[in-house]
Amino acid sequence: MKIGVVTFPGSLDDVDARRAIRVAGGEPVALWHGDHDLRGVDAVVLPGGFSYGDYLRCGAIARFAPVMAEVVEAAGAGMPVLGICNGFQILCETHLLPGALIRNEQQKFVCRDQRLRIENASTAWTHGYQPGAEVTIVLKNGEGGYVADDNTLDRLEGEGQVVARYLDVNPNGSLRDIAGITNERGNVVGLMPHPEHAVEMLCGPGVDGLTFFTSALS
Amino acid sequence: MARVVVDVMLKPEILDPQGKAVHGALPRLGFDGVVGVRQGKRFELEFEGEITEERLAEVRRAAETLLSNPVIEDFTVKVGQS
Repeated sequence: MKIGVVTFPGSLDDVDARRAIRVAGGEPVALWHGDHDLRGVDAVVLPGGFSYGDYLRCGAIARFAPVMAEVVEAAGAGMPVLGICNGFQILCETHLLPGALIRNEQQKFVCRDQRLRIENASTAWTHGYQPGAEVTIVLKNGEGGYVADDNTLDRLEGEGQVVARYLDVNPNGSLRDIAGITNERGNVVGLMPHPEHAVEMLCGPGVDGLTFFTSALS
Repeated sequence: MARVVVDVMLKPEILDPQGKAVHGALPRLGFDGVVGVRQGKRFELEFEGEITEERLAEVRRAAETLLSNPVIEDFTVKVGQS
């Protein structure tokens, strides 16, 4: 099974995401922001980083990259799409996911091993987890504060669209401790922490992140 | 040359950590009496020729698609300010 990883100018974690897909047993495919083609992939990851230098707003310019038209169309047809960190910001700017991500409440870039609870274990990217599983995944962001109006937040909670919540500390001021959300269909997931950095014991806090990728592959 | 100015501000209910940081720095420099700071963005769009209603409508469309994110920001469009 092929999972595409889009590289935008300023993407940082595209190579790690491709590696995580390989570790999970999938075939990673490099996708380029300027392409109008998803190269026959079965799922897409929008990786972390600083696309277009985070100019204007994080993800605001990447949203209009040619490849995003293809991603939006495929997502609408049910293709699994995972946006990690900057990818989550892009998904919100694209309106594939509701809400937005703003500067961390503490005004500092945060980098830590973050405990999370998987709240929705039925999405395309999380169905390999036990519902309520508590995992540790690397978090690193400067603009990771998830915000939406109260109606949207209530709807997300009511419909089970909160995918992951921060445990122990809220690292960035995200409303209702939200670390990740999904669309109604459960195929598009946005996540602020980086599961691709938690797939091997050698260079991460554990392998808790691997299940995001194995879920999409199974 | 004509100019259209687009001001973009976070909606009042959205937390503004940058404004808060600036607010915290002001009294340290002796600027007292400021009870709140909100930080926004200003875009100056230059055009050849007249600013027509059509052109303004285009600017508004650009403001709501690219220059601002309507989920968290409001914008205003003004003509001819420098």
